Amino acid sequence: MIPYSTYLKKASVTASVTLKKVANPMSINMNDVYKIARLARLAITEQEAQAAQAQLTTIFNLIEQMQAVDTTGIQPMSHAQDATQRLREDRVSEIDQRELFQTLAPQVERNLYLVPPAIE
Amino acid sequence: MTWEIVIGLEIHTQLSTQSKIFSGASTAFGAEPNTQACAVDIALPGVLPVLNKGAVERAIKFGLAVGAQIASRSVFARKNYFYPDLPKGYQISQFDQPVVGQGALTIQVEPLSGNEKPYEKVVRITRAHLEEDAGKSLHEVFRDFSGKGLTGVDLNRAGTPLLEIVSEPDMRSAAEAVAYAKATHSLVRWIDICDGNMQEGSFRCDANVSVRRMGEEKLGTRREIKNLNSFKFLQQAIEYEAQWQIDTLESGGKIQQATVLFDADKIETRAMRSKEDAHDYRYFPDPDLLPLEILPQWIEEIRRGMHESRESMRKRFIEEYHFEPYMANSLVADRDRAVYFDSFWKHYIPMVVGKEDSAVSGANWAMIEIGAMLNLSGLSITQTPITPEAFAVLVARIVDGTISHKIAKEVFGYMWAGEGSADAIIEAKGLKQVSDVGALEKIIDEVIAANPAQLAEYRAGKEKVFGFFVGLSMKASKGKANPTQLNDILKRKLAP
Repeated sequence: MIPYSTYLKKASVTASVTLKKVANPMSINMNDVYKIARLARLAITEQEAQAAQAQLTTIFNLIEQMQAVDTTGIQPMSHAQDATQRLREDRVSEIDQRELFQTLAPQVERNLYLVPPAIE
Repeated sequence: MTWEIVIGLEIHTQLSTQSKIFSGASTAFGAEPNTQACAVDIALPGVLPVLNKGAVERAIKFGLAVGAQIASRSVFARKNYFYPDLPKGYQISQFDQPVVGQGALTIQVEPLSGNEKPYEKVVRITRAHLEEDAGKSLHEVFRDFSGKGLTGVDLNRAGTPLLEIVSEPDMRSAAEAVAYAKATHSLVRWIDICDGNMQEGSFRCDANVSVRRMGEEKLGTRREIKNLNSFKFLQQAIEYEAQWQIDTLESGGKIQQATVLFDADKIETRAMRSKEDAHDYRYFPDPDLLPLEILPQWIEEIRRGMHESRESMRKRFIEEYHFEPYMANSLVADRDRAVYFDSFWKHYIPMVVGKEDSAVSGANWAMIEIGAMLNLSGLSITQTPITPEAFAVLVARIVDGTISHKIAKEVFGYMWAGEGSADAIIEAKGLKQVSDVGALEKIIDEVIAANPAQLAEYRAGKEKVFGFFVGLSMKASKGKANPTQLNDILKRKLAP
């Protein structure tokens, strides 16, 4: 496996990849759009849903075109930066700022943040 | 029709770090609500997570302990769902590139029915990944002005590091599931990555249970029992759930995949009311965190710093100290105890060469005695005032005949109270066993002379009276008579 960054640095690989139109573009229907909106807790009107459907279809088509590129042996990219995580020593460094934080909350009682009922 | 029960466990162990997995807030248990929830934990805009090295170290330790591959590169992912105790709207977890890969754990199964024999089994571990815990919700505690119930949220627990250990569906009974959970519990404490406190939620199990007809290869549809925080509940929940599934299938029903909760009061499982898309978590790599790279040098460094494994110690106890397997198993259930007695035996063995038989009973006495004292005092074995070496000397004094068990108990009490070494106490208090034949004979003669009626009874064939003489003579010697010698002399003197 080679990192994607190495792959990209290789002589003009990026330039040589041309995205072709896919014959059968993946389509996303209105039900999919409503489902995605529900999962994201977004209330959308029918008009907005239609716009979203068009935009999402464009995105899916782009992804489909990218899938045509041969990526055998290349490590999947999981971050836009080619670096690895820096670690923090296991030490308590935060002080209690509850009072300050709770001034932002709409409702607080007995030091708890209060929210509408949530029982599963 | 016979059925086979198939169980896989997901165990959430809370890692024993000082600070949270992605923030510098404290993880100490029992603090006032929201005093240990910093800006990162409550998800204020603009904050960024920074990974805790201590959490990664503990995950690596676990991987090494179960012989798993440690991923040289692993990725954190967002698991998206909405709940008030998860303020970001996603949990940072790991998905397709976890830090710990496939491993295995050998378990000792104690069947729940008495007539089956204990046996060993290997349970495969699929993976273990790092993730953050959510906060705590308190439902129906508060009401608004109209009387509607409100939920209170305490975010102290949000961001506490967890290692989720996922097993293969390798267990075939509640007993095996309990044995695996116990082995994991004992392992995470052994390697010091989790305090194992189940009341405080440091160790929680989810059980995936399905049933299939005996001989069938395809797995049945599973239901997942959530949040079991005791071994007893784990056993009860699996037994109930498996029976429910069998009954449902036998009466022609079908099992729907579901998440269920265990009701400990009614001892039954119940499906949670959840929306159809509740499990669509839309995982994706967290752009706030770079891939985690673990270099071989770091793994080696951790490996070198690890204690001897439980399995290796168990084997050594059987091979070097000739322990019965059941005894070795019970000794290695707790690392501190195992380390104490390992040291005890190292000092003890050279002192009791040639007296192996009484050495074993002496050591048994030692374990019982110290166990009782620890219970009584509420101390842990690491807090005992008696070092393993000093304790070994005391027990060796029983084996070499210097003192009797009874006196040893007394000396043990003095040692516990900090009065010095066994030898010094025996010397100072004159507790040495009387093995001087002349002195013993004198005591016995006096006892016999004072009890002519019992002597006559014994000589008339009433052998039980022998014990009467033993007791009196021992008492007359203030417990210091060598019991074997005392018996010999008594037998000789009482004979007609």
